[in-house]
Order: sequence, then structure tokens, then C-alpha cells
Amino acid sequence: MVPRPRISRRKLEELFFQGLMIISTVGVLGSLLLILGTIVWRGLPALDLAMITQTPKGGYYLGQEGGILNAIVGSLYLALGGTLLSMVASLPIALYLHFYAARSRWAEVVRLALDVLWGIPSIVYGAFGFLLMLWLGMRASLLGGIITLAFLELPIMARGMDEAIAMVPAALKEASYALGATRFETAARIVVRQTAPGLLTAVLLAFGRAIGDAASVLFTAGYTDRLPDSLLSPVASLPLAVFFQLGTPFPKVQERAYASALVLTVIVLVLSVLSRWLSRRLTRHVIR
Amino acid sequence: MAWRTREQVTAVIRQRRRRTDRLAERLMAALSAACVLLVPLIAAALWLRAWPILRTRPLGDLLFSTVWRPQQGAFGFFPFIMGTLWVTAVAMVLAVPPSLLTAIYLAEYAPPRLRAVANPLIDLLAGIPSVVYGVWGVVVVVPLVGQRVGPLLHRWLGVVPLFRQDNPTGYSILAGGIVLAVMVFPIIIAVAQDVIRAVPQGLREASLALGATRWQTVRNVVLRRAWAGVMAAIMLGFSRAFGETMAVLMVVGNIPQVPRSILDAAYPLTALIANNYGEMMSIPLYDAALMGGALILLAIVLVFNVAARAVLVRWVGS
Repeated sequence: MVPRPRISRRKLEELFFQGLMIISTVGVLGSLLLILGTIVWRGLPALDLAMITQTPKGGYYLGQEGGILNAIVGSLYLALGGTLLSMVASLPIALYLHFYAARSRWAEVVRLALDVLWGIPSIVYGAFGFLLMLWLGMRASLLGGIITLAFLELPIMARGMDEAIAMVPAALKEASYALGATRFETAARIVVRQTAPGLLTAVLLAFGRAIGDAASVLFTAGYTDRLPDSLLSPVASLPLAVFFQLGTPFPKVQERAYASALVLTVIVLVLSVLSRWLSRRLTRHVIR
Repeated sequence: MAWRTREQVTAVIRQRRRRTDRLAERLMAALSAACVLLVPLIAAALWLRAWPILRTRPLGDLLFSTVWRPQQGAFGFFPFIMGTLWVTAVAMVLAVPPSLLTAIYLAEYAPPRLRAVANPLIDLLAGIPSVVYGVWGVVVVVPLVGQRVGPLLHRWLGVVPLFRQDNPTGYSILAGGIVLAVMVFPIIIAVAQDVIRAVPQGLREASLALGATRWQTVRNVVLRRAWAGVMAAIMLGFSRAFGETMAVLMVVGNIPQVPRSILDAAYPLTALIANNYGEMMSIPLYDAALMGGALILLAIVLVFNVAARAVLVRWVGS
């Protein structure tokens, strides 16, 4: 008698988990695509040229004429300022970890602090920024938002740069030292150039977080229908524009919230593609 | 200018370069120290501002009272703390299993071509702002929960209080959990995948050579080796979900009550702070209470960080 072919238990287990994994992967990728699809599908019909070239006119939040240029410009200013300010602190910290405090206990303490900072909710940064501004006697303003965003971006950027610099082969540093370069010269002239793609990725990652964050600028940057004319004037931002417009009871304004969300998404996606392209271009200066 | 010998000139230049190097060291050390001091500084600033309320009310009352009436000076944080914990817990329950399965699939099984498409897509989506997830939540998830998932759960599992639906709007913990879960998918997947990929190939080959199936290899060899890193990935996702404000605020209903079912509305701490910052200066002690709320958030984050680190150190050590 021919024995009946049987699937063994372990084979069955293998198939079961493979199935589960494929379902998960399809589900995860599907849900992420669904989000993009929803934003495009709801946002595109309400998007027109006026939305991105005009500031809100009188009665805009009741469905009258106008656009969200104030929020687009405001968000770009806020994120650019925050990113620049954060860069000034992050790059030295990341270099310090590898050139002056390499493999020391203190470096581990700094990394631990950065990890803890990474986990602090953005609304806590917002509250802290707000207290800082009260203490300095400032009102809600572009500058206040920039400072708060710089705090929020610091751990993201510094850890990203830290990881990029960790990839540099020791031989490169040693060659530089052997030629008589100081640690600072090696760090600033050799390693920064070598890791430029990685550093840039970290910077743009932080920029993306900053431009999309609403909770931290809620307290500190305020909101206004006008374009900012100084560092001390309040400034609008895209995430808050989405939030406020969605909160109105008028369908027309709610549709503009979808369109604003689409604008924000497009900015972030363009940034992400740009970052890939730029870091590929910058690799030309990298020695392998 | 006096003539100098070649040796003198080199000496001056060398001195100048050394001075630059030392100056850079001092500046960088100062920045690093400032960065380390930032956490205590944030805590101190919040503590100072929350002091009027911490001084006048016992901590137990603040943390465990359910009465929240700012006008009458009653500030019980319990509903908000529970709101935060419930939403985060639901999000993690929904997010962790599919994220890990996807990470394993992409790292161990997927053909390279699929990986080359899926990973950039996941990176891209990690960057989408939370407010956009919130809009998706309002447009898609809330109606889905209110009209389909909620009634279904109520009908089949309604005997368990956890799944009872008394709130037909859909603005609920479950909606918040779903939105947050999708938000943390990319984070957990990206990190877990890196960790799994870092397991030496030789270990897999040894396991396969002994006749184990691929899944057995994953379960008994790869995951055992990558355990600590996978936990770290989950922790990163947790941090993100826990502190999220806007996306949750938009879909969770914002009713200050202690939730009993995942279909109830809740009011997380982050949403409380964001919703009321406008009035906080006009009601006495309100600002102290909201800063106290931020302090509670910070405290939970710190406790979790320390606990996770302790667990990781123990496990990696053994």
C-alpha cells in the first residue's frame, strides 16, 4: 500500500507563518498607500491656484476667498530656521562624540541624553518653549517657534549624524592624523566631507519632522492670517492650518483642510525624494 | 615686522592650529554638556511652573482623582492618564504583530525586487506628518469604527465590557489606536528589519543545515539573537505613539472620563494640553495644572526609558 503523502507539522507551521507574514506585509503597505490615496482623493478637488498663492481674505474661514500662503510660508520659515539652529548644535555634538570623547563614558551619557530627548513628546517641547518665552518676555512669534523646533530636531539630527560619522573607516582618520592634522582639522575637513550624504539625510529627516509638527508650534508660534514680517511677529503653520480648517463646521472650509494636508504631504514627499537625489550626488566626494 | 626664521614661522602656525583645536574641543564639550543638561532643565522648568498646584494638592489626589473642574479648582488627572495609556496600549497591540511579521518577511523571505520597492515606500511614509494621519483618521477610520467595526464588535463580543459600544460616533480609543498603529508601522518595521538583517548569515546556515525550516530558523535562531534590538524597535514605536498629539486629538473624542471600553471616547494628556492652552492663563492654577500634565508625560517617558534600558541590559548581558 502506498503511504498517503502527508504534510508534516513543521511544514504546516512554515506555511501558516509565511501566509501570516504575507498578509501583514500587504496590509501594512496597503494601509500606508490608503492614506496617501485618501489625501490625494479628498485634497485634489479643493486644491486650486488661489489656495497656494493667496493669504486668507476676510471671511476665509466661513468659505470666502483666499488661500493658505501664510501657512505655507510660515511653515517653511519655521522649519528652515529650526533646522539651521539645530544644525549649529548637532554637528559639533556628533563630531565631539567621535573625535574628542570617542569611546568614553561621557560619550555614552550624551548618547543616552539624546535618546531620552528623542522620546520626549513634542507637546512637552512646546510647553517648555512656551515657558522659556515667558521667562524671556517674548510673545508667540516666529523666533519662539524656531527655538522650540530646534530643541525638537536636536536629538533627531544629532543621532542621525552620529550614526553617519560612525561609518567612517578608522583608516581615513588615521591617515589624516599621520599627516599631522589636528583632530579639529580631521573632523571639519575630512570627515564632514566624507559623510556629507549621511549628514544631509539626518538634516532633511529633522526638517521633515519639524515641518510636520503641530504640537510644539501651537504654543510658541501663534497663528496669523498675514505673512510674517519679522522674527518677532506671530506666524501661521501648515499643520495648524489643516487642524483649524478641519475644526470649522463648513464643508467648504473642511475641504480646504484636505487640500492643505495634500500640500503639506507633497512638500514632505518632495523633500524625501530630494534627499535621496542629493545624497547620491554628494557621494561623488566620498573616498571608498 | 621683524624677520623670523622658518622654524619660528612653523612654530607660530602650529601653535595657532593647536589653539583652534582646543577652542573647538571646549565649544563642542560645552554644547554636549548643554544637551545632557537639557532633560533636567525641561523637567525643572515644568516643575517650577506646576509648583503652585503641586504644593497645594497631595500628589495622590492629582494622579488618582477623576474630577476635572478647572473653574472650581479641581484638577484630577486620572481620566487623562488613563486616556493616554489606553490609546497607546491599543495602538501597540495593533501595531506590533503586523510590523514584526512584515519586518521578518522583508528581511528573510521577500525577493530583493520587492524589498527594493517596499523599503523606500516605508521610509517615505515614516515622514508623513501626524496631522495628515489625523485627517485620514477623521475621513476614513472614524466612520469605519462608528458604523462597521463598532457594531460588529458590540454584537459578537459585547458581553465583554472591553468591546461594548455606547458611543456610536466612532470618535473613540479604537480609532485613535488604529491611527497611531499605522503611524508607528514604518518606525518599527525599519528598525526591526535592520536588526534582523544584522544577524550573521552563518547562524542561519547552521540552523538550515541541521534541517530546520526557514520559520524554525527565524523563531529559534534569528529572533533569539535579535531580541534586544527588536525590543528597541518596539520602544521607539511606543515613544512615538505615546507622545503623539495632533493625530490622536482629532479622532479620540476628547471626553474627560475613565474609559471602560475601547469604543469609548477618551481624553489623552497630550490632547488636554493642546486643547486648553488658550484659556490656561485666564483661570487660576490652570496653567500650573497643564504644565503639571506635561510633567507627568515627561515622567512617564523617563520611567519607560529607564525601565527599557534596564531590561535590555539584563537580557543582552545574559
